[in-house]
Amino acid sequence: MPAVNTSSTAGAERKLKIALAGNPNSGKSTLFNALTGLHQSTGNFPGVTVDKKTGTFTFYSGGLDKKTEAEVIDLPGIYSLYPVSLDESVAVEVITHRSNPDYPDLIVVVVDASNLKRNLFLVSQIIDQKIPVILALNMIDLVEKAGTVIDTQKLSDRLGIPVISISARENKGLGVLKKKFAEKIEAPVDYFLGVAPEKEGDRTRENIERYRKITVIMNECIYDRKQIPAEVMSRKLDRVLTHRFWGFVVFIAVLFFIFQSIFFLAAYPMDWIESGFMHLSQWSGAHLPKGEFSDLLVNGVLAGLSGVAVFVPQIAFLFLFIAILEDTGYMARVSFIMDKLMRKFGLNGKSVIPLISGVACAVPAIMSTRTIGNRKERLITLLITPLMSCSARLPVYTLLIALAIPAGKVLGFFNLQGLVLMSLYLIGFLAALSAAIVMRYVLRSKEKSYFIMELPIYRSPRWSSIGITIIDKVKVFLFDAGKVIIAISIILWFLSAHAPGNRFAQIENDYKKAGESYDQKMLEGDSGLARITSKEYLMAQKESEKLKASYAGILGRTIEPVIRPLGFDWKIGISLVTSFAAREVFVGTMATLYSAGDPDNTHSIREKMNSETDPQTGTKVYSLATCLSLMIFYAFAMQCMSTMAVVYRETKNIKWPLVQFAYMGVLAYASSFIIFHIFR
Amino acid sequence: MSTLAELKKGQSAVIDSFTDQDMSVKLMEMGCVPGETVTLEKIAPFGDPIAIKVSGYLLSLRLAEASTVLVLRTK
Repeated sequence: MPAVNTSSTAGAERKLKIALAGNPNSGKSTLFNALTGLHQSTGNFPGVTVDKKTGTFTFYSGGLDKKTEAEVIDLPGIYSLYPVSLDESVAVEVITHRSNPDYPDLIVVVVDASNLKRNLFLVSQIIDQKIPVILALNMIDLVEKAGTVIDTQKLSDRLGIPVISISARENKGLGVLKKKFAEKIEAPVDYFLGVAPEKEGDRTRENIERYRKITVIMNECIYDRKQIPAEVMSRKLDRVLTHRFWGFVVFIAVLFFIFQSIFFLAAYPMDWIESGFMHLSQWSGAHLPKGEFSDLLVNGVLAGLSGVAVFVPQIAFLFLFIAILEDTGYMARVSFIMDKLMRKFGLNGKSVIPLISGVACAVPAIMSTRTIGNRKERLITLLITPLMSCSARLPVYTLLIALAIPAGKVLGFFNLQGLVLMSLYLIGFLAALSAAIVMRYVLRSKEKSYFIMELPIYRSPRWSSIGITIIDKVKVFLFDAGKVIIAISIILWFLSAHAPGNRFAQIENDYKKAGESYDQKMLEGDSGLARITSKEYLMAQKESEKLKASYAGILGRTIEPVIRPLGFDWKIGISLVTSFAAREVFVGTMATLYSAGDPDNTHSIREKMNSETDPQTGTKVYSLATCLSLMIFYAFAMQCMSTMAVVYRETKNIKWPLVQFAYMGVLAYASSFIIFHIFR
Repeated sequence: MSTLAELKKGQSAVIDSFTDQDMSVKLMEMGCVPGETVTLEKIAPFGDPIAIKVSGYLLSLRLAEASTVLVLRTK
């Protein structure tokens, strides 16, 4: 019979392995956070994309001078040992398979005291596993405040396992729980129903028996059962929040508030990060010795780091709001009111938030798809989310709209440019839903779609848990996706900073001569020259020449025959290549190509692009047809390495980011082709 | 006998049996066992899903899932 022994000398070397099990919403994660604080890390269970949260803490074992370290694992929430989803299977594996590397010495089942009946069902099954187990009766304060009395001693006797009352939220009872860890806890002696459960067959009878016994135990151990005030409050709130009219009004208002805050609040730290990196690279450029290595450091690594860091504010803010919605119980209501609509597209009520978050940025949006239990629905959601128009597309749209669309009014009322911008957002949204419908039939899944879930009572958010969630998500992004992003940045740097042979040296040389002759003429007092050209202009032209000669430039020319039918020339080709770092890089590349100098000065880029003519036909390059085609291309194409890195991180399969890249690429190419030929 | 999907808002019923084996496992772990009394508490704005009160909490499920549960109405 397995037993925990921490007070012996052997315990000093060996960490006590504790697993936290329990229903979703039972406060399992709150207890985990309360025990471990920031001594925790998130990994993956081997071979599957299920979050594995582990942490450590110490407790006194045998006097005040002896501390023992414990390793605790926060298992995914389960309602029973009959798993349906992958997350549940992982949790059940750990509890039931002794050969599992995570098989614990002790299980702490966290139980919601205000929802005992259903929670005890899981407890009854874990008892039958004959593994040392402690019942942590959580949220006891809520129940007691209402006047209900639970006789924990009696409950412990009836179940045959230790019962400890705690309030993880209020940090109460943790000391008693830790003291219990120091004791030698034996596995339960008896099966819950007296006999071992049957391995196979219909479990209906067994389940009925379990619930019958649970009801008996509850009647013996609980006195003065009362409805808790939070429940009454919850009902009242639900009358508005799930109302057929007001429910949607509130939901839209909440979304509006969240996006306003994200755009408003995240803009500041994003500016700081960007200008911080700009100063850093300027400083490095000025102080580091000139050469290949410095260039790699500044324009490759530093640019890559900046590209990663700039996402952090949006991720942090989006997860702040998502965690609040999740924690208060409102998220479950959003899923509840949206499920029927979303189901038509092969999605789930829980797909709403990731999809809408995609308007800000696909990266955190894809990270938030973890709440969708069903694998297929989650996969569809994360594959279509990048079609939602994210904030990185905005600078591209702004430039192109200003270039091609006149500023007039439609019906004397609507701003035409604004209308085009709105249509682009709408097109992205419709494309996402259409793609979902297609994938619904293409993707195969054995897993059934369920919507059997608890609507938990409303609660105030736990700020420390939310803080930990945010730190966790930012860490995952920085370390997992960051690696890929920096690697790609370095490749892109190489492509645009290198040219075959000594082309760059030639260009440098030419411009050096031009610069000298310019200086000479200025000295001679040729003042007319200053009007035609300037030193800055010469420098900008040099950069433009270099980019055109680089591998990226060659790549742009190479793909020209392919993108010609879309109305794009080789210069746009170069921008398409460099845009893969991030869509907004389009504007910067255009600025360099047209030697416009300052990329923030969109006015001058626009003027230069506007006057660009085709050398063969003499017509404008940026015609209405080309601009519309380009906008559609940016609306649909997968031009974001950060998103691809996150999709890879979330699916643990290189296939999915590639599938996404391919389907979005085909969609973009076909749509741009059609648009170009309609408007030509 | 009718199914859980046919209940009207505010009506209560006692669960009798299930017509879908897979679904019954999921429902039973959520507290929906034969003999248990359930009450239809809420219907989502588009008529689906619904939310029922069972063993002291609110459980949401789709009509398709509710129609696999046979119930006896208790007036």
